[in-house]
Amino acid sequence: MSETFGIPVAVILGQLTLGLVNGSFYALLSLGLAVIFGLMGVVNFAHGAFYTLGAFAALLGLQYFGVNYWAALVLAPLAVGLVGVIVERLFLRHLYQLDPLYGLLLTFGLALIVEGSLHQVFGASGQSYPVPDSLSGVLNLHFMFLPLYRAWVIVASVVACFGTWFIIERTSLGASLRAATENAPLLQAFGVNVPLLKAATYGGGVALAALAGVLASPVVLVNSHMGTSLVIVVFAVVVIGGMGSILGAIVTGLALGVIEGFTKVIYPEASNIVVFIIMALVLMIRPAGLFGKD
Amino acid sequence: MSAALLRINALNAWYGESHVLHGVDVEVNEGEVVTLLGRNGAGRTTTLRSVLGLVGRRTGAVMINGRDAIGLSPHKIARLGVGYCPEERGIYSSLSTEENLLLPPLLGAHGMPLDEIYAMFPNLEKRRASRGTHLSGGEQQMLALARILRTGARLLLLDEISEGLAPVIVQALARTITALKEKGYTIVMVEQNFRFAAPLADRFYIMERGRIVEGFAASELQGRMSMLHEFLGV
Ligand SMILES: Nc1ncnc2c1ncn2[C@@H]1O[C@H](COP(=O)(O)OP(=O)(O)OP(=O)(O)O)[C@@H](O)[C@H]1O
Ligand SMILES: [Mg+2]
Repeated sequence: MSETFGIPVAVILGQLTLGLVNGSFYALLSLGLAVIFGLMGVVNFAHGAFYTLGAFAALLGLQYFGVNYWAALVLAPLAVGLVGVIVERLFLRHLYQLDPLYGLLLTFGLALIVEGSLHQVFGASGQSYPVPDSLSGVLNLHFMFLPLYRAWVIVASVVACFGTWFIIERTSLGASLRAATENAPLLQAFGVNVPLLKAATYGGGVALAALAGVLASPVVLVNSHMGTSLVIVVFAVVVIGGMGSILGAIVTGLALGVIEGFTKVIYPEASNIVVFIIMALVLMIRPAGLFGKD
Repeated sequence: MSAALLRINALNAWYGESHVLHGVDVEVNEGEVVTLLGRNGAGRTTTLRSVLGLVGRRTGAVMINGRDAIGLSPHKIARLGVGYCPEERGIYSSLSTEENLLLPPLLGAHGMPLDEIYAMFPNLEKRRASRGTHLSGGEQQMLALARILRTGARLLLLDEISEGLAPVIVQALARTITALKEKGYTIVMVEQNFRFAAPLADRFYIMERGRIVEGFAASELQGRMSMLHEFLGV
């Protein structure tokens, strides 16, 4: 078998593929963060908590109401998105006039409350969500056997990400969203209900996080802290891609997953920090991020 | 005399702590073109922004079409049939020309159809795919105007639309305003360019330090030239 750096190519390709699965989650989550930051100027520290809520919504829906995976894929983001809208209407909207730090503190506190409550009710040990039957096979890629579900995660995230990109860049709703980013008061003076648009934006952004949570529930243990460590990496992804850049968040998310996978092969000890090393380098060379406008 | 489409009474407005408008009274009848004249900083832009609810705080009365607008949010005020061309034109750089044009939602049933708009402003059709801010200054002004004509707004608030434009463009704008007047639009223009505004307006108001100091009809213009000279230096 052929080798690179003395490592079988199949192993490298295998890690890159698994990296792409992780990258799919990074992309979905950083996309939501970028949408919320770009359009509302809110640094949403509760993003990981909404991801966790999405996974719990799927799990509890299955256990208590018999909601299957496919229905959960739609219903959980809807429910969590609605929670997001309520949070925006009740709390966040009062903070827009203030320093962005206030939004960050509020969402940080919210994350602590959500995660603490889930911990209180469900304990620290995780529960697993069954892989749906139709996705339980294995795909033979010749260099590796990829569980079908993980291939599905990649496909579903890419579709959701580019669907979001399409809405923002190519539809009239997206034109309003972009206009609101640039000059919201004027947009409102044209007759657009900007406060509603902002609430919907926050709801949409956290619904993406919840979607990632549902997608993740069969491959991770669903527990109260599943979002905590992930969201730190995702913030690094957003900083690397450029705060507020939609395409930047998607591409950077996928790419960093792959880079992480590659690092696992050539220097496993660094795989947990490679994203942060890249972040530091990017901040030194291009402080606005790879896709950011200075 | 026809009914007032816009009636502003004892309007006070603040930006944060600074008190900018001090009891402004303005009345605009349906189908009229009214011009607000005044020196830099007199408060003309603030008057338009106050009508739309875009200032920090305001008191007094703003009646649009008989509806009290002072307590409404800007988007509800717009839906009373108001179109706004801001002083800085407000063309969105992240939107194409056509996206800019289609951005404001329809406010009434009588919006100008797109083909009529493109007949009025042919350049906008040619450059529909260009980024809004890549248009020339004149084209951007046309776009800002076309954008509100499409919505069906019948009361147009136009802030210094002739500013910084070449004379031929200003002449084209004057023809456009005349055409709109014939179509029955009600127009409030803020102008620095007296020679542009004078032939178009039915009535004039002069502002000074956040107050209306004079109001008169176009027919009285000749007799007021010395006073205008004093206030505006025209
Ligand atoms: N955003 C703002 N914050 C604080 N003060 C403002 C603001 N905008 C305008 N002002 C002040 O309000 C006063 C009126 O300004 P306004 O823009 O209404 O004048 P104007 O008649 O439109 O003049 P011009 O457009 O020629 O400058 C000025 O003294 C100005 O400095
Ligand atoms: Mg002005």
